[in-house]
Amino acid sequence: MTFSWLTVLGAVPLIGAVAVALLPQGRGARADTLSKQVALGVSLLVLALTIYVAVQYDVDGGMQFVEQYEWISAFGAYYAVGLDGIGLLMVLLTAILTPVVILASWNDAEAGRWSVKSFFAWILVLEGLSIGVFVAIDVFLFYVLFEATLIPIYFLIGGFGGARRSYAATKFLVYSLFGGLLMLASVIGLYVLSNGSGTGATYLLSELSQLPIDEETGRWLFLGFFVAFAIKAPMWPVHTWLPDAASEGTPGTSVLLVSVLDKIGTFGMIRFCLGIFPEASAWATPVVVALAIVSVLYGALLAIGQNDIRRLIAYTSVSHFGFIVLGIFVLNSQGHAGAVLYMFNHGLSTAALFLVTGFLISRRGSKLISDFGGAEKVAPVLAGIFLLAGLSSLSLPGLAPFVSEFLVLVGTFSYSPAAAVLATFGIVLAALYILIMYQRTMTGPTRPGLDAMPDLNVREIAALAPLLVLLVVLGFYPKPALAVINPGVETTLEQVGKTDPEPTVSVPASPDAEGVQE
Amino acid sequence: MTTEPFVVLAALLFSIGALGVLVRRNAIVVFMCVELMLNAGNLALVSFARQHGNLDGQVAAFFVMVVAAAEVVIGLAIIVTIFRTRRSASVDDASLLKY
Amino acid sequence: MSPLLTSFSPVSAALPMSSLMTPAPMSEAASAVAPAAAEGVFSLMWLIIVLPAIGAAVLLLGGRATDRWGHLLGAATPIASFVLGVVMFAQLLGRPEDDRAVAVTLYDWFDAGAYHVEMGLLLDQLSVLFVLLITGVGSLIHIYSIGYMAHDDRRRRFFGYLNLFVAAMLMLVMGSDYLTLFLGWEGVGLASYLLIGFWQYKNSAAVAAKKAFVVNRVGDMGMALAVMLMFATFGTSSFAGVSAAASEASVSTLTALGLLLLLAACGKSAQVPLQSWLLDAMEGPTPVSALIHAATMVTAGVYLVVRSDFIFNEAPAARTAVVVVGVVTLLWGAIIGCAKDDIKKVLAGSTMSQIGYMMLAAGLGPAGYAFAIFHLLTHGFFKANMFLGAGSVMHGMNDEVDMRRYGALRPFMPVTFLTFAMGYLAIIGFPGFSGFWSKDRIIEVAFAENIWVGLAALIGAGITAFYMTRLVLMTFFTRRRWAEEAHPHESSAVMTMPLIVLAALSVVGGVLALGDWITEWLSPVAGIEHHEAGLPAWVFTILITVTVAIGVAVAWVLVGKRDVSSTAPANVSVATKAARADLYGDAFNEAVLMRPGQYLTRSLVYADNKGIDGTVNGVGGLIGGSSGWLRRLQTGFVRSYALAMLSGVVLVVAALLAVNLA
Repeated sequence: MTFSWLTVLGAVPLIGAVAVALLPQGRGARADTLSKQVALGVSLLVLALTIYVAVQYDVDGGMQFVEQYEWISAFGAYYAVGLDGIGLLMVLLTAILTPVVILASWNDAEAGRWSVKSFFAWILVLEGLSIGVFVAIDVFLFYVLFEATLIPIYFLIGGFGGARRSYAATKFLVYSLFGGLLMLASVIGLYVLSNGSGTGATYLLSELSQLPIDEETGRWLFLGFFVAFAIKAPMWPVHTWLPDAASEGTPGTSVLLVSVLDKIGTFGMIRFCLGIFPEASAWATPVVVALAIVSVLYGALLAIGQNDIRRLIAYTSVSHFGFIVLGIFVLNSQGHAGAVLYMFNHGLSTAALFLVTGFLISRRGSKLISDFGGAEKVAPVLAGIFLLAGLSSLSLPGLAPFVSEFLVLVGTFSYSPAAAVLATFGIVLAALYILIMYQRTMTGPTRPGLDAMPDLNVREIAALAPLLVLLVVLGFYPKPALAVINPGVETTLEQVGKTDPEPTVSVPASPDAEGVQE
Repeated sequence: MTTEPFVVLAALLFSIGALGVLVRRNAIVVFMCVELMLNAGNLALVSFARQHGNLDGQVAAFFVMVVAAAEVVIGLAIIVTIFRTRRSASVDDASLLKY
Repeated sequence: MSPLLTSFSPVSAALPMSSLMTPAPMSEAASAVAPAAAEGVFSLMWLIIVLPAIGAAVLLLGGRATDRWGHLLGAATPIASFVLGVVMFAQLLGRPEDDRAVAVTLYDWFDAGAYHVEMGLLLDQLSVLFVLLITGVGSLIHIYSIGYMAHDDRRRRFFGYLNLFVAAMLMLVMGSDYLTLFLGWEGVGLASYLLIGFWQYKNSAAVAAKKAFVVNRVGDMGMALAVMLMFATFGTSSFAGVSAAASEASVSTLTALGLLLLLAACGKSAQVPLQSWLLDAMEGPTPVSALIHAATMVTAGVYLVVRSDFIFNEAPAARTAVVVVGVVTLLWGAIIGCAKDDIKKVLAGSTMSQIGYMMLAAGLGPAGYAFAIFHLLTHGFFKANMFLGAGSVMHGMNDEVDMRRYGALRPFMPVTFLTFAMGYLAIIGFPGFSGFWSKDRIIEVAFAENIWVGLAALIGAGITAFYMTRLVLMTFFTRRRWAEEAHPHESSAVMTMPLIVLAALSVVGGVLALGDWITEWLSPVAGIEHHEAGLPAWVFTILITVTVAIGVAVAWVLVGKRDVSSTAPANVSVATKAARADLYGDAFNEAVLMRPGQYLTRSLVYADNKGIDGTVNGVGGLIGGSSGWLRRLQTGFVRSYALAMLSGVVLVVAALLAVNLA
C-alpha cells in the first residue's frame, strides 16, 4: 500500500488542532460551539479513517502500513511507522475515545484558565501524538513522541481542572520527566550499542531486536525503559501521581490520561522491553510479577478506603494495570493475550466510569462519596449506567473486561499458582470497591440537595452509549479483538523464546493450588 | 641588570591592591586599588619583557593600559550614577543582586 | 435492544473432542457419553435462554414506554421457554437411554493459545430437569408477581430483573463449559443483587444486596481458581474434556479441584461458612425470595457438585468435605429457623437447612446424586409454595413479617392456608407428600454411609418439623395478635393460582420417584450405586416419622398450647439468643474479616499518603529546600564575591603548582 495511511492518521488531528486554535476568538458561546463542532468533526474523521485502516488490516500480516524515511542519519534515527495487532487496538481505542471525550466534555472547559477552544485543540493534539506513539517503530521517534504527549496533557490538567490542578499537573510532569530521563539514558545506550555493532547506528525496532546485547548491558538498558513505563502505567510504588492527576483534571482529561496515555506504559513494555531485551525481561519476571500483584491488591485496598470518587477510580486503575503487567510478564499466550485485550477493555470500562461519575459530580458539585446518597431514585438512567460501568470494572462475566482478566489469571496460574491465588483476591476486592461506592452514592434515602438532580441528557447518553455497547458486545464476542491480538502474541513469545506449558494431566498438582482451601 | 626588585615591587603593589579591594568599602578607594593591581601587572609585564629581552610584555602592557583607561571611564560613570541615586559610594550598600 | 445472542446464527455441531480426551474407562465415567449433535427441535435450544434475555433487554432499555404491558411480556417469556423445555423434555424421553444428551455450539467465545472456550449449550438428563424447574416454577412466580407487585410503580423493572435472572440461571444449567457455567453463575449473582436491593431506597436492602454479592464473590474465587487449575491440568474447561480426562489426573489435583468447587458452591448455596448473606437477602420482594433464594439460584451449588461428579467421584476427601459442609449447614439453618420471628427468615433458615440435605446427599457420591437432585426438585416446589404463601400473608397484612403479629389467620385466607399446609406437610416429610419421599432417601443413604451423619440428618428432620410447625401455628392458629388497622384478606386469583399449582406439585412431587424413575433417568449423568444401610427401608421410615412426630409435638406443646406474646421475650436461654443472632455468623465475619479489613484499608490509605506519596513529595521538598539554602550564598556583597574569586585563583594556582612541582 503506497498511501501513507498512518502518517495521515496522526496528522489529521494535529492539523485539526491547528484549525481549532486558529478559529476566530469570538466572545460568547457561539464561537465556542463552533470550535467544539470542528473538534468533534475532526475526531470523527479520524475514527472513520481508523476504521478504514482496521478493515484493511491483514490479521496474519505482521507489521503493515510501514513507512520509513531517514530522519537524522547521524543518530540512525528514522521516521518509521507501522501497525501490528496491538498497535491497531490501541489506535482504535484512541480514535474511539477522543470523540466520546469531546462529546462528554462539551461544557467542561468553560471554567478553565484558558479559552474553550484551546481545550479542544489540546485534546486533538493529544490524539495525534498518541496515535504517533502507538505506530512508531523507531525507538528514537517513539521517545520523542512519548515525551511530546506530556505537553498537551500538562496543559489539559493544569488549565482545566479542579482546585489543586497546578499541583497535580506539576507532579505528573515531574514524575513523567524523571521516567523519560531514565529512558533517554537507555535510548542513548542503544545508540552506542548499535553503533558499535558494525552495521552502523540504527534506531529501527526491527534491527534493534536482532542486536546482540550482552547480559549485563541489556539488563541496565531494560531497567531504564521499564522504570519509565512503570511510572507511566502506573505500577506500585510509583503510582502516586495518578490519583492526584486523575482527580484534578476534568473527567475527559482523566479518561484520556488513564485510558489512552497510561496504556503507552504497558504498550511500551510489550514492544520495547520484551521486543528488544527478551533475556532481561525473563530475568526480571519474578520481581515484576511480585510488583504487579502488589499493585493489584494495593490499588484495590486503597480504592476501598477512598472518599473521593475520582481518586477511587484512579486507584482501581492501579489495580487493573497490575493485572495487565502481570499478564505481560508471565510470558505465556493466555496471560499475554489477556493483557493486551485488557488494555483495550480497561480503556472502555474506565472511560465509562470516569465519564458517568463526572456527570454525577458536575450535578452535585462535589467529588466526595459522603455527599451523595439515594441518587438512583432521582436519576435512574445515570444510576443504571453507573452500575453497568462499575460491573464492567469489577469484571462481571458477560462484560468485556472479564474475558481479559480471566485470561490473565489463567496465564498467571500456569506461571505460578500461588501468584494466581493472590491475584484472584483482587476480584473480591473489586466487588467491594465498586459496590460500596454504588451503595453509598446511589442507594438509601435520597439526600437533601439531590432531590432535584436531573437525569442524564441526550448528549451525555450519546457519549456513553458507544462505550456500553462495546463493553457488552466484546463481553460476549471478543473474537474480533482476539483474532487481531493472537498472532502478535505468538510473535512476541517467539522473540522471548517462551512456550506455553503443556497440560499436566498425570503430573501431581502443585502444593500451592491445594493450599487454597485452608 | 637584575629585574628581581621590580618583580618583588610588582607583587607587593598587587597584594596591596588586592587587600584594598577586599577590605575597603568606599567604591572610589576600591576602584583605585583595582588600578593599583592593574599597574602592578603592568610593572611585572615590563620587567619580564626586559628579563626575556623581547617586546611582547611591553606590548601587553599597552593593551592593559588601554583597557584600564576604558574601565576607568565606565567604572567612574557607574560610581557617580550610584552615588547620585543612593547618596552613598559604599560597595556594600549596592547589594541588590543577592538571592 | 437487540438480544445479545441472536445476532449469531447458532451452528449446530457436536461438541468437538479435543485431542486430550482419551477415552475414559466407561465403568466409572458414565458422564463421558458423547453428547449428540443437535437436530430438530434441539437446534432451537438457544431460544430457551434468549427469550427471557430479550424480555430483560426490552423491559430494561425500553423505559416508561413499556410500563403498561411490561409485566405481561415479562411473564410471557419464561412461559415460552417452559413450553420449549417441555417439548425438548418429551423429545429426550423418546430417545434411547444412552443418547439423551444434546449439545449445541453457538459460537467460539474466545481462544488464546491452547485455551479454547465455546459458547456451547448442553441439554442432558440433568440440565433438562433444571430447565423445567427454573422455567416452570419461574413462570408461576412471574404470574404471582403480577399481582404481588401491582402497586409498585417500578413493576416493569422488577420483571426485567426477573427475566434477566431466568436467562442467567438457564445459562448456568445449560452451559457446556465451566466458564459458560460461570457466566450464568455470575449473572444470577447480579440478578440476585439487583432484586435483593430492589427497594434500594431502604438502606438495609442496599446493604444486604451488596453483602450477598461480595460473599458470593468469595465463593467465585473458588470457581475461578478451579477453572484455572483445570486449564493447567487438562488444557480445557469443558465438561466433556474434563470428564474424559479426569480419571487420569492425580488424586491431589482432583481433591484441590473438588475443594475449590465446593468453595464456589458454598457461596452460591449459602452453606457454612459462606452462609451469612441468605438471611439478609430476605430484604428483597417475596417472589424473589421464592424464586432465587429458595427454588433455583441457591441450589446452583448442588447442581455444580452433581455436574462435577467426574471430579468428586475420584476425590473422596473432597466428598467428605462436602458431606461435612452439608451436615453442619443443615443443623445450622434448622437451629436459626427455630428462633426467628420473621416469617421469611424462618423460611430462609429452612432453605439453608434443606440445601444442607442436598449437599450431604451430593457428597455421598454416586449413592446420593440422584437423591440430591430429587430433593432439590421437591424442595423447589414446596419451598416456592411456602414463600409465595408467606408473601400472600404479608400482602394481606400490610407487609408485616413478624409472626408474633399474626395468629389465627386461617379463616381470613383459606386458600393461602390450605396451600401453605400442603407445603408444610411436604417439608416435614408427612408420609405420602413429596418431601417424605425425597428426604427419607437422603437420610437412608446417610445412615448407610456413616451412622453419625445419618443421626445428624435425622435430628435435622426433627428440628425441621419443630420450626415449621411453630411457623404454621404462630401464623394461622393461636390467638389473633395483629393490630387493629390490619385487615387480613385473601389475595387475588393471579396470586392464588400459582399457589394452588405449587401446592399440588408439593403433594405429588413424589411421583418422580415412582419405580425409581429419577435414579434411572439420571444414571447416565450421575452414575448410580446402591448402598445397603443394613436395616430394611421401613425401619427408617418409622424412625423418621417418629422423629418428625416428636418435633411436631414439641412445637405444639411449646407454641400451640401456650399464649404467644406479641413481642419477642427478652429473657431467653443462651441457645435462643445465639440462634436469633444467626449463631454469630455475622459477628464472626465482622470481627475477623470486616474490622481488620477496615483497619488495613485505613492504615494503607494513611501509609500511601504519608509514606509513599510523602516520600515523593519529600524528595521534591528536599531539592527545593536545599536550593533555597544554596541560594543564600549569593549575598550581593561585591567584596565577598571578590574574596571568593581570590580564593578560587589561589586554589587553582596552588593546584597548578602542586601538579607542576610534583
